[in-house]
Amino acid sequence: MKLIYEKSQPGRRASLVPRHANLAAAELPDELRRRTPPRLPEVPEFELVRHFTELSTRNFGVDTGFYPLGSCTMKYNPRINERLVALPGFASLHPLQEEDGVQGALELEWRLQEILAEVTGLHAVSLQPAAGSQGELTGLMLVRAYFEDRGESDQRRKVVIPDTAHGTNPASVTMTGYELTHVKTDARGNIDVDDLRERVDEHTAALMLTNPSTLGLFDENIEQIAEIFHGAGALMYYDGANLNAVCGISRPGDMGFDIVHINLHKTFSQPHGGGGPGGGPVAVRDILEPFLPVPVVTRTAEGYALDFDRPRSIGKVRGYTGPFGVFVRSYAFMRTYGPRLREMSEAAVLNANYVLARLKNAYELPFDRLCMHEFVLSARNLKRDYGVTATDVAKRLMDYGFHPPTIYFPLIVPEALMIEPTESETKETLDAFCDAMLEIAREARESPELLKDAPHHRPVQRLDEVRAAKQPVVKFGFDAHPDLTADRRPVAADAPKGV
Amino acid sequence: MSHPYLGLTDDDRSAMLATIGVDSIDELFRDLPRAVRLGRELDLERALTEHELAAHLTELAGRNVDTTRELSFLGAGIYDHYVPAVVDAVLQRGELLTAYTPYQPEMSQGVLQAIFEYQTAICELTGMDVSNASGYDGTTVAADACFIAKHATGKARIVVTEATNPQIRQVVKTYAPGFGLEVVEVPHSDGTTDPDELRAAAEGAAAVIFQQPNMFGCLEPARELAAAASDAEALGIAHVDPLSLGVLEAPGAYGCAIALGEGQAAGNFPSYGGPHYGFLAARQGFIRRMPGRIVGETVDTAGRRGYVLTLQTREQHIRREKATSNITTNQTLLALGGLVYLTWLGPQGLRELGETCLALSAYAKQQLQERAGLELVFSEKTTFKEFAVRVGRNARDVVAAARERGVHPGYALGRDYEGLDDVLLVAVTEKRTPDEIDRLAEVLAEVARS
Repeated sequence: MKLIYEKSQPGRRASLVPRHANLAAAELPDELRRRTPPRLPEVPEFELVRHFTELSTRNFGVDTGFYPLGSCTMKYNPRINERLVALPGFASLHPLQEEDGVQGALELEWRLQEILAEVTGLHAVSLQPAAGSQGELTGLMLVRAYFEDRGESDQRRKVVIPDTAHGTNPASVTMTGYELTHVKTDARGNIDVDDLRERVDEHTAALMLTNPSTLGLFDENIEQIAEIFHGAGALMYYDGANLNAVCGISRPGDMGFDIVHINLHKTFSQPHGGGGPGGGPVAVRDILEPFLPVPVVTRTAEGYALDFDRPRSIGKVRGYTGPFGVFVRSYAFMRTYGPRLREMSEAAVLNANYVLARLKNAYELPFDRLCMHEFVLSARNLKRDYGVTATDVAKRLMDYGFHPPTIYFPLIVPEALMIEPTESETKETLDAFCDAMLEIAREARESPELLKDAPHHRPVQRLDEVRAAKQPVVKFGFDAHPDLTADRRPVAADAPKGV
Repeated sequence: MSHPYLGLTDDDRSAMLATIGVDSIDELFRDLPRAVRLGRELDLERALTEHELAAHLTELAGRNVDTTRELSFLGAGIYDHYVPAVVDAVLQRGELLTAYTPYQPEMSQGVLQAIFEYQTAICELTGMDVSNASGYDGTTVAADACFIAKHATGKARIVVTEATNPQIRQVVKTYAPGFGLEVVEVPHSDGTTDPDELRAAAEGAAAVIFQQPNMFGCLEPARELAAAASDAEALGIAHVDPLSLGVLEAPGAYGCAIALGEGQAAGNFPSYGGPHYGFLAARQGFIRRMPGRIVGETVDTAGRRGYVLTLQTREQHIRREKATSNITTNQTLLALGGLVYLTWLGPQGLRELGETCLALSAYAKQQLQERAGLELVFSEKTTFKEFAVRVGRNARDVVAAARERGVHPGYALGRDYEGLDDVLLVAVTEKRTPDEIDRLAEVLAEVARS
């Protein structure tokens, strides 16, 4: 398919811009004026619509079909939320408008904070972080501010992370200037508590933990873990990536966590948008509340207000109060459930366990336990016996009309297939997916080339990722665009795909 | 009663539990210690029907005074530009809206090609060689650029001009301690930054950040500021308004190493501050230090052109603690809105839009001086679509009084700058008309004491 730049012809245009012939043309000094115009596309409006419509047909979303991308919680995104977020009172509202002109927005933010505090079992919430990884970063900044306030910041330099953690956790640790301490996973898929005891001391600032973990397992020793950290004077940080498993069932605050980030785009249904936007609010225990980013939304006798006067605040991690449109969608989603959020999590866990039960004899199961909202299988058996990899299974699933699971993550499971069905699926869909996975395991045995050459029915076959990285072409070259059909190289080595 | 967003019947549940080999849903949670279970219903208001939900949120939205209910000249970083219908039409395609990061390129050629086209558009706008797939907003991309500068130069100080939007400066200062960076501000002199002062401050610094047009709407001597940064061997970083770049020179052409900005004005609604997208582009030499997703072109096994996420060894899911950033979820959908918008405008539309903003704001300056008797604060300086006027008394009071007359006259700069309590920052986009500007002048003539 052509690029929009290859459809462009000088003189065509999709817009007419207001002009005012009676006004004097403004003066602009020559040295400030642009000399060479940007080569933006020049197409009529209908070509624009056709181009992007065609692109959409080469893409696959939750609206297209089953999307069990583990740890990403690809659930249904209600259409009413799109209508609501487009209301002029939300969409056309300026973030620097005076408080008396934003009472509805502030009330929505305040109500969302209250709901998140109840769901997480914590006391105060900042909606500001733009995504989960920024929520993590904010959480670690809160940890730092807390220990600075106590005069312990020089002493406490270490953050403990299990080997199952998302890559964002160690990256956030680096970005806040902390040092990493890794802790192992035990034979049941929990944190190895003996290993942990040896690594936590007066130099420890915090633990970062996803619970249930990226293996989809709830850590059975969570009470002991909390005792170890709090006993050492350290804080507990909860990565909310997997909160979809436990809404209304168990709360991070009750597990002992002091800081939680919530992924609004996962658990609370902000559409993932091909990679974003997200929302990563943080909820904290009362001892951390003074350090939250500014402004904080408050309720007073006169109405809702923004509090900027917070001398111990870490500052701002993003502009304004946060990604408001995300708040509208997530708030709407949560109000359609209310206390029934528990049913949502129960369905997510039931669906995952059902798919697990149907697949565990065809693929290896590294930790044979009931799972939570997701689980991790390994294609190691297929690789050993038939030379078929997790990538091959993933690509073949596309031929059956399913988006593949996350693969090669978590890193401690070889040939990992991380499957998260979410709550919003029928049993028929789950069965069709299981049937396909079982059929693929049979194909691996009987005709492995079917998998190795897959996908067969997508707009492109497997793409050469090594070449893309070695000779990066990251924008259209206009006159000198490379002819990429010239030479061919083998497809790339394996790297995590998902999360 | 089955919930509309859930799909299992009672029979389904029974059959599934039997397959799993447990008797009840509760049993699925047996690994959770008793003490950490909630053991009660969540204390939340009852579930709403779609009808009730629509009524509730419509009522909340109705208590906001948005730019359709008030004649607005409020900007200061977020602008009331027109968003064309084609943006909505594309962003509401479910295949794009409800997909995630294109980890599996064969399922995601639509989003991947769109990001490649977006990267091209951003490079063309800014005159740079490489763009990422988007950052969170115009503030966080500035922090990202500081991280690039620190590692590219090995130096530990960032210089930012005081005339840079305070939202950006605050975010940079919040991130800086974690990066091991110190932030120094250079004051403005009559609304713009003095290149000599900047050169002195940039000595030993990793980077210099300035905004063009700056927070006061004034055009900085960008070429001289970029040269000042280069002289001090610091990276020149320009924070630019994308909609100015049809008429204003591109940062790549005046010698900056990195160009970034807030994408909202190009294709996103103000939306009370987000979600929007931040764009980040740099010279070729920084390609392996860029944060976030980058899409590259390649071929498939049949030799057909296709697109993939590339240079992933920069990223957290592979490099973990050695990554160039922790960013994962970005702002792809909003950046796609930006691409659709820039395609809709095209190069001619972008230039005309810039000329219209220039002409309307020049007319507004003239009207506010002649009809409202106000005085421009930085009268010697060239501006783009925004400018500062003295209103003779506290600007916040003037805002309140003007709003009672149905006009939001702009941003009270005293909210951020000492000594500018009587100064109003007026933004004029292409959506405003000469008649509306006349109305602003009329209202300010009534409520400003000059």
